[in-house]
Amino acid sequence: MFFEAVTMVENFTLSVVDYAIMAIYFVFVLGIGWALKKYMKSSSQFLEGGKNIPSWITGLAFISANLGALEVFGMGASGAKYGLMTAHFYLIGAIPAMIFLALFMMPFYYGSKARSVPEYLKLRFDEKTRGFNAFSFAIMTIFASGISMFALARLMEVMLHWNFHYSIIASAIIVLVYTYLGGLKSAIYNEVLQFFLIVIGFLPLVIIGLQDVGGWDGLTMKLNEVAVQKGYAAGTWTSTWKYLGSASANPMGVDWIAMFMGLGFVLAFGYWCTNFLVVQRAMAANSMSGARRTPLIGALPKMFLPILVIVPGMIAMALMSSPDKGLMLIGNNGQTDYNMIIPTMLVHYYPTGLLGLGITALMASFMSGMAGNVTAFNTVFTYDIYQSYINPGKPDSHYLKVGQFATIFGVAVSIGAAYIAANFNNIMDFLQLIFAFVNAPLFATFMLGMFWKRTTGNAAFWGLLSGTTAAALHYSLTIAEGKGGWIAHLVEYPSGMAQGFWTAMYAWTVCFVITIILTFLTKQLKTIDELRGLVYSLTPKTHDEPGIVWYEKPLVLAVIMGTISIVLTIIFW
Amino acid sequence: MDIRIPIGLLFVVLGLILAAFGVATLQDAELYARSLGRNVNLWTGLLMLIFGAFMLLVPYLARKKKAAKD
Repeated sequence: MFFEAVTMVENFTLSVVDYAIMAIYFVFVLGIGWALKKYMKSSSQFLEGGKNIPSWITGLAFISANLGALEVFGMGASGAKYGLMTAHFYLIGAIPAMIFLALFMMPFYYGSKARSVPEYLKLRFDEKTRGFNAFSFAIMTIFASGISMFALARLMEVMLHWNFHYSIIASAIIVLVYTYLGGLKSAIYNEVLQFFLIVIGFLPLVIIGLQDVGGWDGLTMKLNEVAVQKGYAAGTWTSTWKYLGSASANPMGVDWIAMFMGLGFVLAFGYWCTNFLVVQRAMAANSMSGARRTPLIGALPKMFLPILVIVPGMIAMALMSSPDKGLMLIGNNGQTDYNMIIPTMLVHYYPTGLLGLGITALMASFMSGMAGNVTAFNTVFTYDIYQSYINPGKPDSHYLKVGQFATIFGVAVSIGAAYIAANFNNIMDFLQLIFAFVNAPLFATFMLGMFWKRTTGNAAFWGLLSGTTAAALHYSLTIAEGKGGWIAHLVEYPSGMAQGFWTAMYAWTVCFVITIILTFLTKQLKTIDELRGLVYSLTPKTHDEPGIVWYEKPLVLAVIMGTISIVLTIIFW
Repeated sequence: MDIRIPIGLLFVVLGLILAAFGVATLQDAELYARSLGRNVNLWTGLLMLIFGAFMLLVPYLARKKKAAKD
């Protein structure tokens, strides 16, 4: 799977300087956890970060927690395979959802005093809806953490020549120590540190790579040749919307409907508005307007991340089309291994010294992915599983200990997930499939719950279950690139991406329709008073705190971020 | 704890190491052949130093301003 090719690419050696950079980074990461240890006196401090973190920190953590192995490897690979179309995940696939979260959903999450997304579902609907979400989310976070751990251990094995098993243990211990000592706040602070390190570690790669291919114009020219060679129109690799008229006109195999509705609406809103991993960062902010600013502050770096993770993939594709450049990505099976792009490019361009920084940046990204998932897991486990079903009514000090135990348990189970990832070639595809099954219908449940006070708990639960079942059924009846079609091959999609987008759309639609129908057939068990603060029509309009300056107002920030994303979309149409 | 201080410190320390290594290898054309002949260690080190100093300076100036106000 990963890293099979790196030793075949070219020889490289790491020096004392490279190791010194890595060692100093680890000292700082652990030091932050140690410095925050003295503040961990309550479960709220440990699991919710004390709700006193400035929004510029939560905003950067909001993005950084998402920068795990799936993102760095997946987007680098997609940059090569699909070109600039991959940037949809950073524009229409993120920004509208982040603006919606800030303006319309954050007031409910932060204002309802719910400590987690599943707890909001309990307050708004009922216990079984919360349970369904809590258990499915806990499993998802463990797998996501395990994949980042696996990728980090493989990186250490191939680039540092460490034993794979020791690498797993070493990466687990580092993340465990700083999340156990400093809780969510330590994870958030380290995510900010890791964000800056990722930027400085990958930026020289883009600059040198672009120079090597003759700048943006040279890159465009080379990718035009690649597009024509593969049977597409010149320009397909360097535009975003232009070739979405039909699924056959672009390498991603999706049309504008699937892109707009599947990614832009269902998957983006399902992920950014309901996934507790990212929402937890906003909920740790020091005020309501700080919580609302969090996704908007995160939106700015999010829009420019393609420069760091997608452009290297595009450069790699251009270099592979020029035999004199000497870049190859051949895996053990003789096939091109696109997952290898970022590490291979680091080895290709970085000399001793900067190579240590580049590898440290990769490690930072995987560690932020692991820690983000572990801290989301320990909160959901403690509040939504342990306190709700196993041992309710205990003093807070008991739940602080359980939260710390859940951190150890989460890391331990992540190790198991990492070994599962090591034994299955398509574990990343599997995880993304689970995201589509769980997150897509969940947004329909949230939309109806937040904006229609009539929606009942029974309707929400069975709607959610129906949506997830519909996703599984759609995937079982369709096939793309040899995947899916467990029951029959009723439809063949041109790509796994198209299949994923349509699976999400079916899941959302079924959940939405079933929830509405069942709402009319079931009784509302919640009183108007119980729904106050949880439903839009029953909640007083949120006003910004007095004294807040104009550029800190969520609405102003939303307009600015929306405008920038529209301008970028037009420039790279 | 102000997170800008550890971030600033880390960037200053790593920037110093990279820049010093870049200066020590100024004449090493072979080392920088793969980065198209550019001394990327020196330039990245200097960039990190500037950013690290900025991150350390901001909370210091904020504290100074607050003290003057009080």
